[in-house]
Amino acid sequence: MTPHPIHEDEFQAWADGRLPAERQAQVESYLEQHPDTRARLQAYQAQNRALQSLFQPVLEEDIPEHLQELLRPAPLLRQRFLTWPWQSAAAVLLVLSGALAGWQAHTYLPSPSLAAALPRQAAIAHAVYTPEVRHPVEVGADQETHLAAWLSKRLGAPLRPPRLGAQGFELVGGRLLPGGQGPVALFMYQDGGGQRLTLYVSGEGSGSGDTSFRFSREGDVSVFYWVDGGFGYALSGTLDKASLGTIATQVYQQLEAR
Amino acid sequence: MEEAPLLAEIPRLRRYARALVGDRAAADDLVQDTLERAWSRRRSWQDDRPLRPWLFSIMHNLRLDQLRRPGIAPQPLDERIPEPGTRPTQSDALELADLAAALYRLPEEQRAVILLVALEDMSYDAIAQTLAIPRGTVMSRLFRGREHLRRLMAPESGVTHLRVVP
Repeated sequence: MTPHPIHEDEFQAWADGRLPAERQAQVESYLEQHPDTRARLQAYQAQNRALQSLFQPVLEEDIPEHLQELLRPAPLLRQRFLTWPWQSAAAVLLVLSGALAGWQAHTYLPSPSLAAALPRQAAIAHAVYTPEVRHPVEVGADQETHLAAWLSKRLGAPLRPPRLGAQGFELVGGRLLPGGQGPVALFMYQDGGGQRLTLYVSGEGSGSGDTSFRFSREGDVSVFYWVDGGFGYALSGTLDKASLGTIATQVYQQLEAR
Repeated sequence: MEEAPLLAEIPRLRRYARALVGDRAAADDLVQDTLERAWSRRRSWQDDRPLRPWLFSIMHNLRLDQLRRPGIAPQPLDERIPEPGTRPTQSDALELADLAAALYRLPEEQRAVILLVALEDMSYDAIAQTLAIPRGTVMSRLFRGREHLRRLMAPESGVTHLRVVP
């Protein structure tokens, strides 16, 4: 006679060979007397085996090129064939190459004038506008739709401020600035402690090649910047390099995801 | 975290994603998103924790996001063509094809649990953690999924009468 009723969970565990030893004998003796239950559990075991056979070939397949390229990130940076959907793989590659190659990747990248001027312009804009108490931005985050539409129109491309709430920064708003040859959008973010970040977006990069993430320090201001798809981006702040880099990665990914 | 351990997990991630999603390209997109997210969060990662459960839970969360996203209509189940990559060398190839077809008629939440057991041999507790559901829910999805699959695989036998277990 059975001291404990056998729970269905134990039948599942028996089928998977995971039943605790002390219950094994009791379940076995139950199954002796109930061949229909045994047949049912054996059917589950057959399912497990069949699923393993069915999908085993996937383990043996060659890893697709775009995933495999994660293995050799640096050479890809020289190539300009990056088109959707491989751009998001490139996001990883850029980060990987930066981390792995010790930021040396940029030595063989094109060095357009935008990329050269970007960190300095961005750091100046950051230094000028972030101390503002009453007028840090022209259009506040409460009018985010208007802000995005306005700046998109002026820069001639759809533009939406990334969301950095997960990193502790909320959008304050944005403004339009004069760049070297045209308009620039500046988005400002602030965390709970009043620390501010700015994202500088310039549309002047149409003649420039894409670049990897680069880092520059302009006085007290740290800047991560990159050129992608004709736009120059620069994230500026007085955070430490690692924290700013994490947020820059997030910005990059959100922009790429569009 | 280094990239090598992450790369070593790619075949396992691909197998599970393929089995879960059915479509090869969509599955590989899911793997790619998973790797990107894992890499972007590598700083919050402690090297002494096992990597695989973490990756699977990232993949699970991304998959939920995909399923919730408006505008991407889930494909009708019956039109989904599984691409298991079977090598039909045996007479049981037909049975595997039937199994593949039946697998995609299960609700995805049941399929996920069955696959984590059958393919990954993941413990029930680890599955509960990965999918962020109670262990009891894991067990009931496993039971219902397996029964569902069993009936789909043996349609001529009709619905099996389950015996109430004393």
